[in-house]
Amino acid sequence: MTTSRTRFTAPQRLLHWLMAICILSMLFIGVGMVSTITPRYLTLVQIHKPLGIAILVLALIRLALRIYYGAPSLPADLPEPMKLAAYLSQYILYALMISMPLIGWGMLSAASYPVVLFGGVHLPSILPVSASLHTLLWHAHYCMAFAFFAVILLHVAAILFHKLVRRDGVFETMAPALTRDHSE
Amino acid sequence: MPQSPSSRHLPLARLAIIAVVVGLVAVAFVYTAGWLSPHRLTPAKLVATLAPPGGPALGHRRNHAKGICFTGTFDANGNGSALSRAQVFVPGQYPVVGRFNLATADPNAADAMVRVRGLGIRITPPNGQEWRSAMIDAPIFPVSTPQGFYELQTAAGSKDPEAMKKFIASHPEFLTFLGWAKGAPWTSSYAEERYNSLNSFLFIDGSGTKRITRWSLIPAAQPVSITPNELAKRGPDFLEQEITQRVAAGPQRWSLVVTVANPGDPTADPNKAWPADRRSVEVGTLTVRQIEPEADGPCRDINYDPTVLPAGITTSDDPFPAARSAAYSRSYNSRTAEASSYPRTPTGAKQ
Repeated sequence: MTTSRTRFTAPQRLLHWLMAICILSMLFIGVGMVSTITPRYLTLVQIHKPLGIAILVLALIRLALRIYYGAPSLPADLPEPMKLAAYLSQYILYALMISMPLIGWGMLSAASYPVVLFGGVHLPSILPVSASLHTLLWHAHYCMAFAFFAVILLHVAAILFHKLVRRDGVFETMAPALTRDHSE
Repeated sequence: MPQSPSSRHLPLARLAIIAVVVGLVAVAFVYTAGWLSPHRLTPAKLVATLAPPGGPALGHRRNHAKGICFTGTFDANGNGSALSRAQVFVPGQYPVVGRFNLATADPNAADAMVRVRGLGIRITPPNGQEWRSAMIDAPIFPVSTPQGFYELQTAAGSKDPEAMKKFIASHPEFLTFLGWAKGAPWTSSYAEERYNSLNSFLFIDGSGTKRITRWSLIPAAQPVSITPNELAKRGPDFLEQEITQRVAAGPQRWSLVVTVANPGDPTADPNKAWPADRRSVEVGTLTVRQIEPEADGPCRDINYDPTVLPAGITTSDDPFPAARSAAYSRSYNSRTAEASSYPRTPTGAKQ
């Protein structure tokens, strides 16, 4: 879906940058925590779980905003392969933002771990205890985390390409600037 | 979009900027993952040192691999509420799933070959705030730090005949443990053992006051000592047979005693016992009511991660629970992925 706006709406931009910080932190926390046995391990795990749930909630809100407000159209002169990559990356990123927390939650459920958020708030278990389910989800969570990071690197490379090489205004559609969107 | 004059610069330089930005983020990620730090003690390295020369027993816990499940109850008497606001201390009876075990990486080890015995426990009060604990019968831990534990395992598995000597020279605290291991009497029953948390934890009471504690399960059964030779004669799996018969004949009980540290006590070092006069509070009774083989038992797929704690209990300055949690998780992920190597039938338990 596209719109005549030249920029994403302010709530969409806010969510984008907030989630960019959350997701990048999440990926670093994830690989960091499984590589240490120091007390940092517990701190990182204790952040990882509630942050994952926060990302899930934010991603669902963001998806709703995306469906409601749409997105500015891509430059007309953008080559077809780049257009396709842009559309595909959006689908992939939304799929990862929503599925990764659910897989993590399911993985903990299948392993019979309590899912504890800040302040001792517990989430219900969403899957039965099962070694095979846990294994499947654990491998999915692990592999998809690296895929997620790779897609983010491509996303960053692509948007810098738009900003620095093509200078076609695509970066400005999501820029964190507080300037007014003239078409609104 | 108006073109600025700078866009006439060579795009090569701009492409290089993109490559540098992306490359730096990627390097930071790889560094965080530990791939640039071969000396970092990772859960994978710690767990790998536990494996016997022939490799780990697939499908089994990487340590404390030999064990048997039990179910039962924990009856809180209410005294614990003076120390912690956790629901498990509110008077009442809460279900327990536990596991008696031997501290060995070999699930088929003969009982008389394993000095340290353990007990894992999960208490589930109605609010779902579980308390998991994995305790052992030694009164102190062999070493003072997780790094020391890694070095102990490395030395124990080393082909160098001097390895243990060198290890002890750099970890003299191990001698205290060795004194217990060599001198303390053995028993012929899991039911006659006292199980100790060894690690310290923080208890938080209803008013927010924090106290550092350790806890022990003290058996109601009178310990009867036996020599390892006598135990060996009774068979390699005598402990499991004995506890099965014993519990079938009648429930077995332990009282749970929480000990509070005084200021200055060695709360971060499980190799150091606290003086015997410390305040201790009997908070309830563990009753073991039924024994079930591990292969298809309720404890099999539980990770007795000592950091699964209810609100009202948290970790202290003791570095072990974090290290144990990290390593147990690694062990759990490995063994659940190998479940097919450990059939879920009682007959498949012993190959």
